[in-house]
Amino acid sequence: MKAFDYHRPAAVGEAAALLATLADSRPLAGGMTLLPTLKLRLAEAPALIDLSRLSEARGIKQDGDALAVGAMTCHADVAASPLAKALIPGLAQLAGSIGDPAVRNRGTIGGSLANNDPSADYPAAVLALGAVIVTSRREIPADDYFVGLFETALEPDEIILAVRLPVPRAAGYAKLRNPASRFPTVGVFVADTSAGVRVAANGFALGVARLPEFESALANHFAPDAVAGIHVDAEAFSSDIHAEAAYKAHLVGVMARRAVSTALELRGPP
Amino acid sequence: MGKAIGIGAAPLRKEDFRFLTGRGNYVSDLKRPDMSYGVFVRSPHAHALLTGIDASAALAAPGVLAVLTGADVAADDLGGLPCGWGITDKSGEPMKEPAFPLLAQGKVRFVGDMVAFVVAETLEQAHDAAELVAVGYDALPAVVGVLDAVRDGAPLLFDDVPGNLCADWELGDRAATDLAFTRAAHVARLSLVNNRLIGNPMEPRAAVAEYNAGTGHYTLYSTSQFPHVVRFLMSALVLKVPEQKVRVVAPDVGGGFGVKQFHYGEEAVVTWAARKVGQPIKWVADRSEGFVSDRHGRDHVTEAELALDETGRFLGFRVATLANMGGYLSTFGPNIPTNLYAPLLSGVYVMPQIYCNVKVVFTNTVPVDAYRGAGRPEATFLVERMVDVAAAEMGIDRVEIRRRNMIPREAFPYQTPVLLQYDSGDPGGCLDRALVAADVAGFGARKAASARSGKFRGLGFSTYIEACGLAPSRFAGRLGARGGLYESATVRVHPTGQVTVLIGTHNHGQGHETTFAQIVSEKLGVAFEDVDIVFGDTDKVQFGMGTYGSRSLVVGGAALSKASDKVVAKGRKIAAHLLEAGEADIAFEAGVFKVAGTDRGRTFAEIAGAAYVPHNYPLEILEPGLEEQAYYDPVNFTYPGGAHICEVEVDPETGTVTIVGYTGVDDVGTVINPMIVEGQLHGGIVQGIGQALCESAVYDESSGQLLSGSFMDYCMPRADTSPHMSVATHSTLCTHTPMGVKGCGEVGTIGSPAAVINAVVDALSHLGVTHVDMPATSNRIWRVIQNAALPRAAE
Repeated sequence: MKAFDYHRPAAVGEAAALLATLADSRPLAGGMTLLPTLKLRLAEAPALIDLSRLSEARGIKQDGDALAVGAMTCHADVAASPLAKALIPGLAQLAGSIGDPAVRNRGTIGGSLANNDPSADYPAAVLALGAVIVTSRREIPADDYFVGLFETALEPDEIILAVRLPVPRAAGYAKLRNPASRFPTVGVFVADTSAGVRVAANGFALGVARLPEFESALANHFAPDAVAGIHVDAEAFSSDIHAEAAYKAHLVGVMARRAVSTALELRGPP
Repeated sequence: MGKAIGIGAAPLRKEDFRFLTGRGNYVSDLKRPDMSYGVFVRSPHAHALLTGIDASAALAAPGVLAVLTGADVAADDLGGLPCGWGITDKSGEPMKEPAFPLLAQGKVRFVGDMVAFVVAETLEQAHDAAELVAVGYDALPAVVGVLDAVRDGAPLLFDDVPGNLCADWELGDRAATDLAFTRAAHVARLSLVNNRLIGNPMEPRAAVAEYNAGTGHYTLYSTSQFPHVVRFLMSALVLKVPEQKVRVVAPDVGGGFGVKQFHYGEEAVVTWAARKVGQPIKWVADRSEGFVSDRHGRDHVTEAELALDETGRFLGFRVATLANMGGYLSTFGPNIPTNLYAPLLSGVYVMPQIYCNVKVVFTNTVPVDAYRGAGRPEATFLVERMVDVAAAEMGIDRVEIRRRNMIPREAFPYQTPVLLQYDSGDPGGCLDRALVAADVAGFGARKAASARSGKFRGLGFSTYIEACGLAPSRFAGRLGARGGLYESATVRVHPTGQVTVLIGTHNHGQGHETTFAQIVSEKLGVAFEDVDIVFGDTDKVQFGMGTYGSRSLVVGGAALSKASDKVVAKGRKIAAHLLEAGEADIAFEAGVFKVAGTDRGRTFAEIAGAAYVPHNYPLEILEPGLEEQAYYDPVNFTYPGGAHICEVEVDPETGTVTIVGYTGVDDVGTVINPMIVEGQLHGGIVQGIGQALCESAVYDESSGQLLSGSFMDYCMPRADTSPHMSVATHSTLCTHTPMGVKGCGEVGTIGSPAAVINAVVDALSHLGVTHVDMPATSNRIWRVIQNAALPRAAE
C-alpha cells in the first residue's frame, strides 16, 4: 500500500466537494474491495474520503411503503434489523449470507452498489425489488442504475446516501457460492412486487440483469415449478477456472426455483 | 509438585499457552537493531530471456541500501540451490540436474522466479524501489503441463535437457509384470490426474538475517522445518562460508506441511545480503508471493492397468506416471514422485508384480516438492481408485475385493515386489472396525432417504498403508539420498533433576513439546512440567534432520528414548556408588534408583545432584554431570495404515458434494498422546478432503500465469465444509522402533482423498460414472452428470 491522504468529512456537501477537487480521490465506504486493491498495489489513490461520518447515510427506517437503508449500513446490521426482517425478510437473509462475519461487519450496502461487482449479492436484490438509489444529487431507479461490469450511473463525485426498497408481497434469494471466494457464482433474487414480479440475477459476464422470461412465468404463477425448463443462454456468461458458462446458465434456473421457494417460505401461509 | 505424565496420557499441550495467549515468537515478530527490509523482484513471465536489469532508479530511491541481481550472485561465485536427492534414469545415467541459481541468470523459468533483491530502510521504501527496478524480458513460449512438456517441439526450459525430461525412472520387474498380464482374466484400466496443490501454511515464509563483522558470524532466522540442513546446505554449497560461523534459528513456525522443509533461495539471499549491506535484513513473504514461490505439491498424470484373475485376485499392476517438477529441482523434488511413490503401489494388497515408470518433467511452473504425504497420497489414490474400478468392472463388492487381496495380519512381515518390507500391520482389522463405526450396514436406508429428497448418496472406502519415518539412511542412500536421515537428541539433566531436551526435529504445530516431554517423563520418572524441549536453533541443538515425513516421533522420539536410557544407565552407576551396592542390583522405578529388594534408594533428583556436586562420586570410573546424547537411524521405514470410509451426498441439480460422514480407523503404532494423534488425524483428513473436493493450482496454459494465485481462487478446505469425523486407532506395534511407534502426521492426508472420490463415484455409479478427477467441484460433478450416457432419477 502506498501512502495516501485520509479525509473523514461530517457533511455530504463537504465529502462531495473533496471528491470533486482532489484529483483521483476515492470515496471509502466499507473498503472491502478498495483496501485490498490498494494493499496489493493494484490501484493507487492519493486521497481517500471516508464516508463513515455522514449521518445522512446511516440508519434503517420505514419510508412509506418502502424500506430505506442508509448507504453506510453494514450487512450485519441489515441482517439483524427487526424492521428489515419484518418488511423484506429476503433482503435481511441475503445480507446475512454475504461473505463472512468480518465482511458483514465492515462491508456496506452503498459500497456494494457503487462497486457493482458482477458477483456481488446486493445488486440482484436492489434490481429485483425495483429500488431507488438516493444519492447526493438525485434519485436513480435501479433499472437505470446498473450500467455494466463495475459500472453504474454514478458521477465521479456523486455519493450514494440511501437505498429505498419497496416492500414486496414476497421476495427470496438463492445462490451457489464460489467455494474459494464465497462470492456467488450465480445468485437469483425474485420479488413479487406491486409493480409485478421482478427477477434479477448476478453472475452474468456484464453484471446483474433482469430475467424477463422468468418474470412472466412467475407473474402467471408464483411457484417454483413455474420457472422449470426455461432456457438460459450460456452466451451471457463467461467461463472461469471455477465454473463454465453453461454451468452458470444452468444454475440460474436452479437458483430461481430455490429463490421462489424461499420467498414463499418467508411469506408464510396465505 | 508435579507428577510424571507418561506414554498414553493426554495432557493439554505445553506449547499452547504461549500460542493461545499471543506470546508465540515467530520470525516476523523479530526486531533487530538497525534492521532493514528486503523485497524480491520476481518474474512476471513464465519463460523469458533476461535482456538486462537497470537498477539505477531503484538505487536512487529514498532509503534504498542495495539492489542485488544475478550478476552480483555470479560475481560472488555463489552456488545454486542444491538438490538433496539424485535419482537415476532407467538408462543408468544420473538425472539431469540443471543449476537453480539464487537470482536468475539470463533466463527466468516460472512466474515468481527471483530476479533481484531490493533492500531499504523501510518496507514501503523497498516495495517502492522494487517497482523501479527495470528488468528487460524477451518472452519465450511457456509450457506448464507435463503432457505438453514432453511433446515433440515443446519449448525447452534448459538447452541441455532434451524433452524437458529430468529422468525417465522405473521400478519393478517389467518383464515379469508383462507376463502376469498375459495370464489375466480381466485387465482394469484407469487414467487419472493428481491435482497440483499449494500448501499455504498459516504463517507465510520469512527470514531475518544479520552478520557480525567482528566475528564473521552469520545468523539466519528462518521459517524452516529443518534449520541444521539449511545451515549445512547454505554454508557449504551456496554461500561457501564456514559452517561453524553460521547459526540458523527456526523459532516458532506457524505450520509447514512440507512447504518449509526445503532450502529456499530467499534464505540464502537474505543472509548474503545482510553482510553486503552491513545491517540486519527482514524479508516476509506476503500471501501472493507465497503462492508463486512456496514449493507446490503433487501434479501427476497417470495411466495404470491392473491385471486380475477370474476370482478378482490381483496379478500385476502396471503404472506410467508423468510427474511435474516445475522450473527447477527443489531440495527433495525428484525423490517425491519416484522413491516415495512407486514403492507404495502394492498398497495393503498381495500384488505379485508391479512395474512403474515415472517420467520426471520440467515445466514453467513453481518447483514441485514434498507436501504432506509426499508421493504416498498419490500412490494411495491411484491404488484405491484402481481397486474400485476393477471391482465395478468385475461385479465384485468393493469391500470383498479388498478382503480377497489384502495382506493378512499373520503374513507380516511382508515383502512387496517394490522394495519395501512391511514389518507389521492389520489392514483387515482396521477395515472391520471401520465398517462398524461407519454403520455401513445402514447405508442402504440412508441412500434411500437421500434419494427421496432428490440427492445421490455414495460410500467410499480407502484401505491404505504408507511408509514413513524417513530414514533409514542406508536404504535412502541406495535410492539416491545425498544426506543421512537419522535424528539426534540430547537429554540434559540439570542439578535439580529437571530436564532440558535438545532435539533435531522441529515443532511447528505437531505438539512435540508435549509428546516428547511425556516420553522423558515416562522414562526418567520426572514431572511432566520439569521437562522442556528445545529445538530449532543450530547453536543450541547438536544436529538434526528436522521434521517432515512423519519422522519426528519415529526417528527423533527414538533418539530421545535412547538418550533417556543412557541417562538411566549412568544414574544407575552413580546410585550403585552412593548406595554401596552392585550396579546390577540397582533397579530404577518411578523415578527412584533402589537397591533391589530393599527400601534403600535415591531419587532421580538426588542422583542428578550428586552428578553435579560430586563430593561423594566415583570420579575414577565416571565423569561428573548427567547429560546424554543419542543418534538414531532405524533399520526400516515404519508403516502406518488404516481404513477410511467416507459418505457423501451429491446434489444433482448443482453438482455440489457434501461429506455427510467420515470414519477413520488408523494403525499408527504406539500412541503417546491420543489427543494429539486425534488432532493430527483430523487435520490430515481435512487436508485430504481439500485435495479431493476443492484445492487446485491452475496455470494458464499459454501464458503460464498462476490463475489460482490467491484465496479468492485457490479453495482451501474450511470448517463449515468439513464433516464431523469419527477417528479411532487400531494399532499393531512397529517391530523395530524403540517404543513401537509408527508416526501419524500424514496418514489422514494419505488415506482420505481416495475415500472421498470413491464415495463420489459410488454416488454417481448408477449413471455409469467410473471415475472423477480431483477436485470434485460442483461444476465438474454437474458436467460429469450431464455427460453421463443414461441419466436416470435417483433410486
